[in-house]
Amino acid sequence: MDAYLISVFTFIGFWIILAMSLNLLVGYAGQVSIGHAAFFGIGAYTSAVATVKFGVGFPLDLILATVLAGVLGGVLGLPALRVRHDFLVLATMGINFIVVAILLYTPAFGGAYGIVGIPPITIAGVEFLGLSMLLLVYGFVGVLFILKVLLLKSWFGFRLVAIRDDEEAAAAIGINVASTKIWAFVLSCSVAGLAGSLYARQLGSVYPDNFGFVESVTILAMVVLGGSGTLIGPVIGAVILGGLPEYLRFLQEWRYVLYGVILALLMIFERDGLFGPKSRLRLALVRWRHARHRVRP
Amino acid sequence: MGVTLANIVVTGCLYTLLAIGLTMVYGMLRVLHIAHAAVFAVGAMVGLFVFQAVPFGLWLAILLAMLASGLMGVAIYHVGYRWVLDAPRGTPLIVSIGIFIAVQALLERPFLLGPQASSFDASPDLPALALGGFGFTPIQTTIVLSTGAVGAGVWYLLSRTRLGLSWRALSEDINMARSLGVATQNAVALNMFLGSAMAGLAGVLIAVYENSVSAYMGEVVAYKAFVIVVLGGLGSVLGAAVAAFTLAAVEIGIATVFGGLFPRNAIGFAVLILILLFAPTGLFGKRLD
Repeated sequence: MDAYLISVFTFIGFWIILAMSLNLLVGYAGQVSIGHAAFFGIGAYTSAVATVKFGVGFPLDLILATVLAGVLGGVLGLPALRVRHDFLVLATMGINFIVVAILLYTPAFGGAYGIVGIPPITIAGVEFLGLSMLLLVYGFVGVLFILKVLLLKSWFGFRLVAIRDDEEAAAAIGINVASTKIWAFVLSCSVAGLAGSLYARQLGSVYPDNFGFVESVTILAMVVLGGSGTLIGPVIGAVILGGLPEYLRFLQEWRYVLYGVILALLMIFERDGLFGPKSRLRLALVRWRHARHRVRP
Repeated sequence: MGVTLANIVVTGCLYTLLAIGLTMVYGMLRVLHIAHAAVFAVGAMVGLFVFQAVPFGLWLAILLAMLASGLMGVAIYHVGYRWVLDAPRGTPLIVSIGIFIAVQALLERPFLLGPQASSFDASPDLPALALGGFGFTPIQTTIVLSTGAVGAGVWYLLSRTRLGLSWRALSEDINMARSLGVATQNAVALNMFLGSAMAGLAGVLIAVYENSVSAYMGEVVAYKAFVIVVLGGLGSVLGAAVAAFTLAAVEIGIATVFGGLFPRNAIGFAVLILILLFAPTGLFGKRLD
């Protein structure tokens, strides 16, 4: 594989992790957020500062980034206890702008010039660059996917879905809505922080502009396009929307026109997302399975 | 001081124009209409092109820009939102974002605006006003007067006409309104037309005020207008106007006192989040069930 393809697929890997983590919040806990890139950025900057300014090594900077993004996610998720629906969407958008402004205006974070010279991940003297980094990122994708499946089969997963479906009913059957919501924010944001840490190490530099409103919107679009609240949907959404600007590169300046049109049309024709619960693909899959298992007399 | 006050009034008026259109659309369709910013940029562009083609025709430019924006709003409704109104709440939002991305990328093409900003050097033939301590330049006078006219028009439409009555009925319960004989599609299309025409008006006025039209001018608007609309309580027209002036005063006030120490957009959002914590449905919003 050439370096270009490796880099494209590594970035798609980051998008997959981000979409999977946001799906936990949007698809399962029912808390729509367009501020996810803020936590991606918090993770990336944590890793950047830890490695460049304090010389911290691989597993530790990733752990720091994950924990810090998770803790801040929990704190910044507090408005969700009072603010709901579309108001929450706008509040998360606000959090994103405030985090980017802090990154831009704090001298320690380098302002608009960001932080450069972040070393690649090194384990026992081996530098993770190119293909090895690609494999490492997809290793994380695999592990996180399995963790997500396990989480959703646990009581916590059921509590999330109960809150999404009906908050009052969930509270009435004894679910602690506040703590479940905050934990959903903590888990979702910590994984975004993890993705940020890997991203910073892969790219070698971080800038506030890489974690703005546009990125948050893209992550949400991946989740919704693929099918929020499904396991495979956000992964497919991330592959499609992460790869689309690359597939469309031959169109040159027209590509974002087509990108926007495709995004809007796909959502109009498949309102639950491509792999949503009632989507054509999902129904076809169900029919195919039934056909295979049909017992003929 | 007078300059600052005039600045607050003018900025508040521009914010009001942007936000009223958006809150009208939200009140009826419950769609987070990000594409409103695209309509705004298209309005500014049409205004510029008409103005360049017909010299001294700023009023004609404003009129045609409003017409074009209004039609674009109706098209967005019929092509996009109409089909996804009862879908999960993320779906119309993503449709809207798709439309915004596509239109912005289209405006960026050289045969439209291109990647650079163009200047919009026009001055309306209205006198400069000096009222007490306030001094308004001609364009500022135009902004204040048109906002006043639009505000009065919207108030009249909503509270004194059959159309306003049907809009209010639709925003309460679209199916009930339909079964009581409201021509739903027409009422919604007209609402989109007027809301979008206001975005077009705001587009031309801001373009002339800042003497600049660019493909990216919608970007700031896409979220600034939402801050105002949410602050006012999504769907409340009066709330949007109050919030517009509040935000203008807070932003300009802080910028005057502290200089460029704080980023202006982050201030808006900090105010938004603080207010939402105390009033989770905005200043004039209905309580959620």
